[in-house]
Amino acid sequence: MEQHAERLDTAGLAAAVARDIPTGSYVNLGIGRPTAVAAYLDPAQRVTLHTENGMLGMGPPAEGDAIDPDLTNAGKQPVTELPGAAYFHHADSFAMMRGGHLDVCVLGAFQVSARGDLANWHTGEPDAIPAVGGAMDLAIGAKRVVVMMSLFAKDGSPKLVPECSYPLTGLACVDRVYTEVATFAVTPEAVMVTATYGMAFAELAERLQVPIVAG
Amino acid sequence: MTAPAYSRVCASAAEALAGIEDGSTVLVGGFGMAGMPVALVDALIEQGATDLTIVSNNAGNGDTGLAALLAAGRVRKVVCSYPRQHDSWVFDGLYRAGKVELELVPQGTLAERLRAAGAGIGAFFTPTGAGTPLTEGAETRELDGRLQVLQYPLPGDVALIAAHRADEVGNLVYRKTARNFGPVMATAARTTVVQVSEVVPAGSLDPEAIVTPGIYVDRIVVTGERAARGEQ
Repeated sequence: MEQHAERLDTAGLAAAVARDIPTGSYVNLGIGRPTAVAAYLDPAQRVTLHTENGMLGMGPPAEGDAIDPDLTNAGKQPVTELPGAAYFHHADSFAMMRGGHLDVCVLGAFQVSARGDLANWHTGEPDAIPAVGGAMDLAIGAKRVVVMMSLFAKDGSPKLVPECSYPLTGLACVDRVYTEVATFAVTPEAVMVTATYGMAFAELAERLQVPIVAG
Repeated sequence: MTAPAYSRVCASAAEALAGIEDGSTVLVGGFGMAGMPVALVDALIEQGATDLTIVSNNAGNGDTGLAALLAAGRVRKVVCSYPRQHDSWVFDGLYRAGKVELELVPQGTLAERLRAAGAGIGAFFTPTGAGTPLTEGAETRELDGRLQVLQYPLPGDVALIAAHRADEVGNLVYRKTARNFGPVMATAARTTVVQVSEVVPAGSLDPEAIVTPGIYVDRIVVTGERAARGEQ
């Protein structure tokens, strides 16, 4: 278990996720915070980005004259294509996820359970309009499901929990959790802390209701 | 004897949408505005069919296209994966007022149900959504060591899609990520209507590069490049 003195800031968290993506992976980055991971990937990692609206080999955001309304990411923002890019329709795009071809997906979360259950699509509040997009397909389909989130909600309650109270996205699907104070590997045996950032293991163990072990 | 193939090219969007009945299920291509057949949706508003079920990834953006169709009160039900967006105020208002029904479907299940409808598949099992509120009440089995949920095809009476180019026998090519749901929706409806930026003579498109073969395409409308790209 690595121990670092400082908490991760937003950029540090994205960089930590990027650093651990294996060389040569096909990767889908979810909408929102995970999208920022792309900027921290090293070209030497040779990562190919998948966007669920039908593209492999997605490049950086498009600016100025490069903006093309026919070329967007899953967040509907204009993007570019890299050499070697490929376009395909939606059933093929989701077959890549559902068929187990994607190496890694990075998703945000409201909650992750000790078993690796994921809740990230719906708060369950009565007036909330539900929207799921591709979250459930990614959760069950990618070979490695990585969550990046803050470990504690605004009220201080942990988001790594014994059982999710929010509506589920997928069962026992999360492999890794990256937060500003610690990173975790969720295994069938235990939730293992792989690194801490500005919070001692003992304090983590005290604040989480989930049993943790040092990795 | 069938009509000559070039008769698929219609003189106007209004002509292409003739005969759409009240209560129809209409598949509408596009992911946000990329690939959204704006001219066809505008023509559907003019055409007047109502009590529609709309199958589309999103539930309208801004005040045009699908949002305008919703605002006109023509839609009974929306089947989609991601209705809530920063500019989906028309849908949001109707949904909160109980004036439109929502069937929320995971995006990959939406695409696969459309594919199944087009491919003659009676039903399929998928792990997507197993154990979540979106599959409550659905038949669930453990297959290949995983919980999987029974899903049924999602056929349309009509599909409205946008492509980049058609040839005069209905073969289609698309542009970039505007392809999205177009090819799979084209297979899933009894009548498929496509708006394109141009129609070229048969033989002008590389047969190796055709994405949607003309067998799936019934009516073609040329709307100009800007309209095909979903721009106003």
